[in-house]
Amino acid sequence: MSSVAPVLAQAKAEGRAALIGYLPVGFPDHDTSIAAMVAMVENGVDIVEIGVPYSDPLMDGPVIQHAVEAALVAGARPRDTLVAAEAVAKAGAPSLLMSYWNLVDRYGVPKLAADLAAAGGSGLITPDLIPEEAGEWIEASDEHGLDRVFLVAPSSTDGRLAMTAAACRGFVYVASTMGVTGVRSQVNDAAEVLVRRTRAVTDLPLCVGLGVSNAEQAAQVAGFADGVIVGSAFVRALNEASSPAAGVRAVGELAASLAAGVRA
Amino acid sequence: MTDTSPTSARLREAVGPYFGRFGGRFVPEALVAALDELDAAFAAAQVDPAFIAELDELHRTYSGRPSILTEAPRFAEHAGGARILLKREDLNHTGSHKINNVLGQALLTKRMGKPRVIAETGAGQHGVATATAAALLGLECVVYMGEEDTRRQALNVARMRLLGAEVVPVTAGSRTLKDAINEAMRDWVTNVDTTHYLLGTVAGPHPFPTMVREFHKIIGEEAREQVLALTGRLPDVVTACVGGGSNAIGIFHAFLDDPDVQLLGLEAGGDGVETGRHASSITGGAAGVLHGNRTFILQDEDGQTIESHSISAGLDYPGVGPEHAWLAESGRARYEPVTDADAMEAFRLLCRTEGIIPAIESSHALAGALREGRRLGEGGIVLVNLSGRGDKDVDTAARWFGLVSAPDLVNSEAERVDLKEAQ
Ligand SMILES: Cc1ncc(COP(=O)(O)O)c(C=O)c1O
Repeated sequence: MSSVAPVLAQAKAEGRAALIGYLPVGFPDHDTSIAAMVAMVENGVDIVEIGVPYSDPLMDGPVIQHAVEAALVAGARPRDTLVAAEAVAKAGAPSLLMSYWNLVDRYGVPKLAADLAAAGGSGLITPDLIPEEAGEWIEASDEHGLDRVFLVAPSSTDGRLAMTAAACRGFVYVASTMGVTGVRSQVNDAAEVLVRRTRAVTDLPLCVGLGVSNAEQAAQVAGFADGVIVGSAFVRALNEASSPAAGVRAVGELAASLAAGVRA
Repeated sequence: MTDTSPTSARLREAVGPYFGRFGGRFVPEALVAALDELDAAFAAAQVDPAFIAELDELHRTYSGRPSILTEAPRFAEHAGGARILLKREDLNHTGSHKINNVLGQALLTKRMGKPRVIAETGAGQHGVATATAAALLGLECVVYMGEEDTRRQALNVARMRLLGAEVVPVTAGSRTLKDAINEAMRDWVTNVDTTHYLLGTVAGPHPFPTMVREFHKIIGEEAREQVLALTGRLPDVVTACVGGGSNAIGIFHAFLDDPDVQLLGLEAGGDGVETGRHASSITGGAAGVLHGNRTFILQDEDGQTIESHSISAGLDYPGVGPEHAWLAESGRARYEPVTDADAMEAFRLLCRTEGIIPAIESSHALAGALREGRRLGEGGIVLVNLSGRGDKDVDTAARWFGLVSAPDLVNSEAERVDLKEAQ
């Protein structure tokens, strides 16, 4: 599987936003997490964002923190995400790993790029890596044709928006609010403003994340963005289920409802 | 012995963001604007006579600077006859070197027009210093502290609350200092418009390592003059304990370009580096990225942070400032572990021979001074950064030396031991 770009282009051709769903590998256990990712794809998620559990997830709110902590206790390892990427590819969707930088650094940037490409993953979302620090990753991702998704934030200057977007491939991750991941009751106006500002400096698709949790919010964001990223709400669905199987079902149902939302 | 010749004639002028291959900014994009703002505010303040005068005034009339230099002849009898000179940061207001950095950053916060500061704390010393400066300057103050540490250091929690700060126990992860830093970063990302993150050591993303060093370098500048005045020459060795590394870089900085002065940082060796239960990030760690910078960290084969262990809460951190990583790699400074047992022996010795109760953190530097003194022998001069006083450590020390029976101890201390044993 190569870039996520064709999937985003296809969604655009259909006159809708793409749906991107996040889950960390290993929560509540390895097999369930992968089954849930497959259920996402079967129910309309266009791109899966596979979280790599990390001991110090400083961009994440309580829901995801709790999940990755549990995944680590259950023995999740970075290499498990490659298994997940293969499973998602088999289910017919591209995937991106969402990894804090030390895990990639430790694995070895060139080695991870090679292994990820071999597993059918499309690239990386890097929440604590800015393009200025990404020299080795830019080189390795060029060599293997992998996507590079950096984040932009409401506090980014216009100069940084242009610089960051220029370093991205696949799409630009637009962080809708100043803050960490988590379910929010309202989508902030800042998201639309930031999409407009970023649109002025790039032709890449713009996908909005942080806080979207239901179909109504997805529809609202789909009105101005090329993709809608949902994370904590999927994790919560798994977390609140009475059994792993019920969790996978709940993830599928949420995916279906969000998929309807981005088409509304 | 390691070669300690300088790699450049002007090590003192290194200003980041990189120190060799270390340092940088590994942060969410959302924080970059605030880091740039801070960088600019600091650069402007550094050359603004009004800022310099205000900070200098606070040093003299509030902290009690310059801190004195005390020779420790009875202690030195145990150090092979070398002279041992103590730089008395323990006499600063709030009891440690931490106040130097805190006053500087708190003044900067006012200049940036931000009404709120947040801080992380492990032992509580940096939290107390921050709460103090916030009270002095009328800033709102929130201190994040691992839940585990709020229990271990209940007295400092009370001190912070007396000073008007809100103390937030952090229940994520290992519930210690590294998790408090994560939580402070999350707060900062969310409230960056109104809030300055008053980081307590020379770690974190640029400009923190450089800025915090600049606020602490007064320690070495004073000490260099004081040693020259007292002995007519520079010391042979300068020792300091290294947690994040702020007191160490503070005293090292003035000597970086004096090639004959050896710099020795003492890391917390805990039960011994070979046991895996330690906080020696340079001696026992590997290069990686944590809390916004590339440096030496304690991590497993996957890159997950490993919890550190030390009897000294202030050194109990699985990373170290990037400038130290660079000084270690270039050979300009040496870093060695000191075990809990050796630190406590030096602690006891200073109490008994000089009538000074040191912080357990600083006792690591004292243990290093004993070793260096024995190596140098008669005529040698060792300068020690006595970074803090031991009032906060009396419970821990009393238990270590069996001076009180368990029921006499406050609950927090008893719980601490239970927890340590349970681990
Ligand atoms: C007295 C004292 N010394 C040293 C330290 C360690 O910090 P650093 O390595 O930044 O000087 C602390 C931290 O709490 C401290 O309280």
